Amino acid sequence: MQQPKLSARGISLWFGEKQVLKDIDIGFQDRQITALIGPSGCGKSTLLRCFNRMHDRTPGVRLSGHCYLDQEDIYAKSVFVAAIRRRIGMVFQKANPFAKSIYENINYGLKINGVQENQRHELIVQSLKESFLWDEVQHELHKPAAQLSGGQQQRLCIARAVALRPEVILMDEPCSALDPLSTAKIEELIKNLKADYTIVIVTHNMQQAQRIADNTVFMYMGRIIEADTTPNIFNNATNELTSSYVHGKFG
Amino acid sequence: MKLVSRKHTEKFTARFFKACGFGAGSVLIALSLMLVWNAAAFFIHVKPYDFVSKTQWDPTGSPSAYGMLSMLISTMLVAVGAMLIAIPLGIGTAAFLAEYAGRKLKNMLKPAIEMLAAIPSVAIGFLGIVVISPGLAGLTGRSNGLNALNGAILLSVMALPTIITVAQDAIDGIPISYKEASFGIGASRWQTLTQVTIPAAAPGILAAIMLGVGRAIGETMTVLMATGNAIALPHGFFDAVRTMTATIAIEMGEVPFQTTHYYALFSVAILLFIITLVINMIGEYFVGRFKKFEIR
Ligand SMILES: Nc1ncnc2c1ncn2[C@@H]1O[C@H](COP(=O)(O)OP(=O)(O)OP(=O)(O)O)[C@@H](O)[C@H]1O
Ligand SMILES: [Mg+2]
Repeated sequence: MQQPKLSARGISLWFGEKQVLKDIDIGFQDRQITALIGPSGCGKSTLLRCFNRMHDRTPGVRLSGHCYLDQEDIYAKSVFVAAIRRRIGMVFQKANPFAKSIYENINYGLKINGVQENQRHELIVQSLKESFLWDEVQHELHKPAAQLSGGQQQRLCIARAVALRPEVILMDEPCSALDPLSTAKIEELIKNLKADYTIVIVTHNMQQAQRIADNTVFMYMGRIIEADTTPNIFNNATNELTSSYVHGKFG
Repeated sequence: MKLVSRKHTEKFTARFFKACGFGAGSVLIALSLMLVWNAAAFFIHVKPYDFVSKTQWDPTGSPSAYGMLSMLISTMLVAVGAMLIAIPLGIGTAAFLAEYAGRKLKNMLKPAIEMLAAIPSVAIGFLGIVVISPGLAGLTGRSNGLNALNGAILLSVMALPTIITVAQDAIDGIPISYKEASFGIGASRWQTLTQVTIPAAAPGILAAIMLGVGRAIGETMTVLMATGNAIALPHGFFDAVRTMTATIAIEMGEVPFQTTHYYALFSVAILLFIITLVINMIGEYFVGRFKKFEIR
């Protein structure tokens, strides 16, 4: 197997006294979609947020172990957090566009990351197209993002991440608040993005994992129980827990 | 039985609130009518245009003069000056409290700031006379420091608690998810504050500013004590001024009933009312515009 694009090596994490992640070891392959599944509270979001250092300023958090993007230690002292976050984009569970226009929502990220003004417009249009949003909004780019539907807002958030040309996109249940049609659109979009990005997606929807993910990782109580190709996880799980979870026996 | 009595209370409270509403409404209408009535009596004698465009105010002279432009400009000067100080300071403090201050510091500063609002305006005016006036006099080399700047400083002190409290609530009300979205694309704390959080909190911050402006324009006692009370066209912040409110407060006590002078003071009041109204409407307009971007 080739070197993973993104990996965690011996990651443990505590919120105060409570250990939420226990010695996590996992690698995510380049240009593949990996689904992160497991019962509520098992630490999926927490793990995802380790990779773009979203815990940095949460009080009471202690972390040990290493995360690597390619060969680079994400938590090394010499690493500039903003640079890591530019390379590892994130899409959250609840769509969270800024209180700005559609255009400005994407422009803001480009601006703060120092993208030249004359290149921004092109990137904005491009990312809207890649997020399947262009056709719906091309005539009203300066409308408040708040006036978009929930599914459109989530696609805007994906566009916002994509516009920065990251290497990895982390998605934390991006469809959990959406209707089936919007969900289908976003799944289509995610499959499309695979050509250029490494994608890690947390989901509670077993069908969704099977539809889009190349690999699936099953977590339980802060540990990774099993990681394999999606068909193997769903059909030939080696671990008892995994097979009962994916067959809906608990969770 | 129980249901019936509940229905009664319900009916009663509904009526009670209706009565309160009508009461407040009629007081407002009566007040406006009285103002308009008295102002109308004034404008029979003095042309409205002369009233607002002439700078000479000498109701007791012969012939008497009723130009209130000096006062109007004085009021604006003091209010604008106060806002120039209070808005950046207030929003800065609010942002600091909401985003940077630790729990302990916050718990110390908040009550202190709220206490500031409880100081009576006479006490603040006194402060202007004994502390700020000598200070300004020393700075400018004039005999005293009772001038527009003094009034502006005091008014900013009075407007600050409201601006800080209301603006901080607005900033605190922005969900963490907005900020995370901003951090998530590599923004710094400062960029997030100035380009995401504050714009998202804009309607609330604007409301805070409007409350501050209202206070600055309507406040009487402090400016009466600290601005020198000279009715002349001011040329800058170091000139003594007399605001519209101060003029009404000073002259209303001694003016004979139902004279032109008496009516003139009502007209000053009505102009003050219109100015406040217009400023509020402008504020509302911008609040509405920002609200369109608000995400719930
Ligand atoms: N900021 C925090 N402070 C303290 N405990 C936290 C914090 N965030 C999460 N936790 C705890 O960490 C554990 C893992 O939470 P996490 O959000 O990672 O779960 P999850 O697998 O994403 O669950 P879900 O599927 O419900 O989103 C939970 O028990 C949660 O209560
Ligand atoms: Mg979660």
